[in-house]
Amino acid sequence: MRDRRLLFEFAFRAVSNAVAMVVVGVTLFILGLVFVKGIGGISFAFLTSPPTGTMDGGGIGPMILGTAWLVILMSLMTVPLGAIIAVYLNEIATRNWLYNTVMSSVRTLAAVPSIVFGLFGLAFFVTVIGGGLDWLFGYEERVFQERCLLWAALTMGTLTLPTNVISVSEALKLVPDEQRHAGICLGYTRWEVVKWVVLPQAVGGILTGLVLSVSRGAGEVAPILFVGVAYFLPHFTGDVLDQFMELGYHIYVMATQSPNVDETLPIQYATTLVLLTLTFGFNSIGQVIRWMHRKKMSR
Amino acid sequence: MEIRERALQTFRFSVVYPNKVVGCKSVDIVFPKNEVTALIGPSGCGKSSFLKGLNRLNDEFGCTYTGSVVMADGTDVMTLDPYELCLLRGDRIGYVMQKPVPFSGKTIQQDVAMPLLASGVRDKRIIRERVQRALEKAALWDEVHDRLDALSTALSGGQQQRLCIARAIVNAPEILLLDEPCSALDPKSTQLVEQLMIELAAEHTIVLVTHNMQQAQRVAERTAFFYEGRLVEYDTTQNMFSNPKENLTADYIIGKFS
Repeated sequence: MRDRRLLFEFAFRAVSNAVAMVVVGVTLFILGLVFVKGIGGISFAFLTSPPTGTMDGGGIGPMILGTAWLVILMSLMTVPLGAIIAVYLNEIATRNWLYNTVMSSVRTLAAVPSIVFGLFGLAFFVTVIGGGLDWLFGYEERVFQERCLLWAALTMGTLTLPTNVISVSEALKLVPDEQRHAGICLGYTRWEVVKWVVLPQAVGGILTGLVLSVSRGAGEVAPILFVGVAYFLPHFTGDVLDQFMELGYHIYVMATQSPNVDETLPIQYATTLVLLTLTFGFNSIGQVIRWMHRKKMSR
Repeated sequence: MEIRERALQTFRFSVVYPNKVVGCKSVDIVFPKNEVTALIGPSGCGKSSFLKGLNRLNDEFGCTYTGSVVMADGTDVMTLDPYELCLLRGDRIGYVMQKPVPFSGKTIQQDVAMPLLASGVRDKRIIRERVQRALEKAALWDEVHDRLDALSTALSGGQQQRLCIARAIVNAPEILLLDEPCSALDPKSTQLVEQLMIELAAEHTIVLVTHNMQQAQRVAERTAFFYEGRLVEYDTTQNMFSNPKENLTADYIIGKFS
């Protein structure tokens, strides 16, 4: 009996350790491979110069700028919206049909495949909103009803919105209810409870969630496939109504569409390394913020 | 039982929960100014629902009320709009919860000053003065004056509860409602808080819910006995415990039920 129990205990520990190691192994393998094969291609010129037409030379300057702008514009939309929706769901809404509808919409949206967001972006932002704006301003030729950075950012914002709402919600839920009651006892209004009691405590979790959803957005390609990303556009204009190049899409193009895929392999690895570094960087920022906040809360 | 000056009075005051459960039923009671009044009774007798009804904290649970709760100046708490209610809770009726709840991530100074945010006090010098006065009154100043920048959550349980009392009186409310403030405290801290209640009664009218009859005898001039949502008996504490008029009260006091 005793041996049996010890055996199970040993097996349990061994299996869980081994499975945990698989995760570490996969991560190390991917990062290691990309790093070893990609680091040689990284140089200042590579990071700043435009690509060549055949994709087998040049750099990725415009893609880095395009990705950065995309992420910034997307955050400007998704961060405030997500925070407001989460605060509504957790702090204001009573558990009625409206709450249930909003909540299940958020969950459904989080489960929609990203390519569907891409099609939605094309149908809604480009055609409906863009077309509507052109009609409104009386433009003869298409100005807003074109694929561009703006619509891509909004589409990406829609994609990251549910992730955002859920992560902010989780952060708000971690604030105990008694803290809110204590605020009510002091004569705070609902908004004051949110502003002075809940948000200051949840800010670490909120920012972490935001950074994570932003880093997810930075790595997605499918949603922007139809709404703004360009196959080849050597100079990033910075105009939100222009098309742009993006890192993830560029990797996809090089791997599938370029005249000679093998020729572009070194650039593919280097580009992947840059993209991974960016998303990994965003994740690290999230970790640092959470760590700093936790330290502040338990000085 | 003679009452000189009234601080708060209820008329046929009832609290009903949204699931139709009656918290308290048709309670008529007068709280005399600058005295401690204890509300006692077995669990579920409605004393806490009644207390939370006095500043309408039960609104949070969707309760409905009938009757009225009238302040010394004639204000009927039941007729206030939501904004006036916030002002009432912030400036005129302080409330201390059963379990001490310091705000996490706030320093002692910031925590006690929290009610001042809502009252719009922004002058740092005034805030410091009022926090100091409140902490002195709550008998906490000597223990924390050299570490006002420490987190309030780092204090001991007894200190946290006195911090919550300091927070409740920083706006100098006329009335202070205490909902079993010592039930989570050790005997030593309980003694300190009881002493504090007696001292605070000089400036505030105190309504204390307690399940501890000895505590009622130690700190309260008057005691009200609640049973099944009704006010059974209300008298001076001395009369209540030495010579109860109702059999139910007598049975409760000698411990026949609890």
